[in-house]
Amino acid sequence: MDGILAPFQYDFMQRAFVVALFVGALCSMMGTYVVLRKLSFIGDGLAHASFAGIAIAYLRGANFYAGAAVATIVTALGIGFVHRRGRVSLDTSIGVLFTGAFALGVFLMSRSPRATVDLQSFLFGSILGVSQYDVAMVVGLGLAVALAVGALWRPLLYTSFDPVVAQAAGIRAGFVDYALLVVIAVTIIVSLQAVGIVLVAALLVTPAAAAAQLTKRFVPMMLLSCAFGVFSTVGGLYASYELHASSGATIVLLATFLFFCALGVSAMRRPLRAP
Amino acid sequence: MNAVEVHGLHVRYDGVEALQGLDVSVPRGTALGIVGPNGSGKSTLLKAVAGLVPPSEGYVRVQGRPPRELPPGTIGYVPQVEDVDWRFPVSVRDVVAMGRYPRLGPFRPFSAHDRSAVARAIEALDLGKIADRHISELSGGQQQRAFVARAIAQEPLVLLLDEPTTGVDAATEESLLVLVRGLVADGLPVLMTTHDLDRAPEWFDRLIVVDRKILADGTPDAVLESGAYAGIREHTHTHGHHR
Repeated sequence: MDGILAPFQYDFMQRAFVVALFVGALCSMMGTYVVLRKLSFIGDGLAHASFAGIAIAYLRGANFYAGAAVATIVTALGIGFVHRRGRVSLDTSIGVLFTGAFALGVFLMSRSPRATVDLQSFLFGSILGVSQYDVAMVVGLGLAVALAVGALWRPLLYTSFDPVVAQAAGIRAGFVDYALLVVIAVTIIVSLQAVGIVLVAALLVTPAAAAAQLTKRFVPMMLLSCAFGVFSTVGGLYASYELHASSGATIVLLATFLFFCALGVSAMRRPLRAP
Repeated sequence: MNAVEVHGLHVRYDGVEALQGLDVSVPRGTALGIVGPNGSGKSTLLKAVAGLVPPSEGYVRVQGRPPRELPPGTIGYVPQVEDVDWRFPVSVRDVVAMGRYPRLGPFRPFSAHDRSAVARAIEALDLGKIADRHISELSGGQQQRAFVARAIAQEPLVLLLDEPTTGVDAATEESLLVLVRGLVADGLPVLMTTHDLDRAPEWFDRLIVVDRKILADGTPDAVLESGAYAGIREHTHTHGHHR
């Protein structure tokens, strides 16, 4: 037992595991909506956009979460607005806004002499470096996200499946869309420390995509997605400790492995179709 | 008060006027048939009544109010082509239960009444045996019945059906006819577009011919006799929209 539990003797590892647990559950819960609404690209876009805020907060010594929140939520609402009002397709508006915001972050960081070391940890996460404060933020914001999803459960499900009829029936589809973007933005902010800007989108997509291969019901899909997500983050963190590898990369590799396993199981259950 | 009141309605899409000044009023307990060639604005009229497209001029009132200001659950709408992802993880019963969501709001739990509304809608559209199937496993007629069942389960005060009989089997069409006439007899106003002129007298109490404007308005027999539909009939038959 000593060997298996060895990582837990360190405070920083205990904190990392708490963060991994929450991030895994949250991202894969939101991932259910991201996958069903085909928003994978938005997850990636918002994560990159957060970098502008993080860079400004870092260089001015301001709060990391505040910086990331402002940049990500403004971009999320901007994407929604440009798409709804501007006759620009969703992927185009995301592509324009997120690369612009990311470039702003890189531009600002590149002009600061002390930024090079930390750049790495922003891009790829530093789950072993999370503080007591980070844990509190992850747990607090994580619970807020879960409550928001509970409150929006029915309108989210209806508008995800059939937005036009939902709107005709009196559900405020526009409000639900914006609210979902904000909740996804918060989920990304919560997860940045754990897996970093470059890899967070994988946690928003891969566990839910794996779950979608194995079930045709919504609630089982969400539960299965959460199970895959938590297994990936907690298992990946543990494996990264044993393998002396990057935790973010190990977490995402494990999730990717689970996805291909699910794909395999799903392919075996389906009769082969004639070409 | 008419259940649906459309006055001087113009709808403009990308600079093109899809509707150019329509006046229609539909009292409770009336089935209004809407016929017209493809692209005549029939579907746009239903969307405007549903509050999905804004009038550029004129107004729509449902139960005396603009559609977007109605209490949730007032309008039941079944679009012509359900533009949904058929792999979405929901069963027939899940889809029908969504009909209750607008009235329930986010938190109110399903009551006995909600459950019975879902069960009755499933029963009325003969979906009992396939209620637990995934939506991708249904035939075209079954899919159409599932979406009509969702609208019925909603217990709407106005029902809008956009060509519900196009592309469905004869048995589904008969069951929809019986269902709609039953709902109308109970006082529901129904607005429905169709290409099927021959059976209009069975379906509707009133028929309008639309081609951006209203070309004829009256009982189905009177409208059919007036010849206002002649060009449309031709069009419909040659293009095979008829069953």
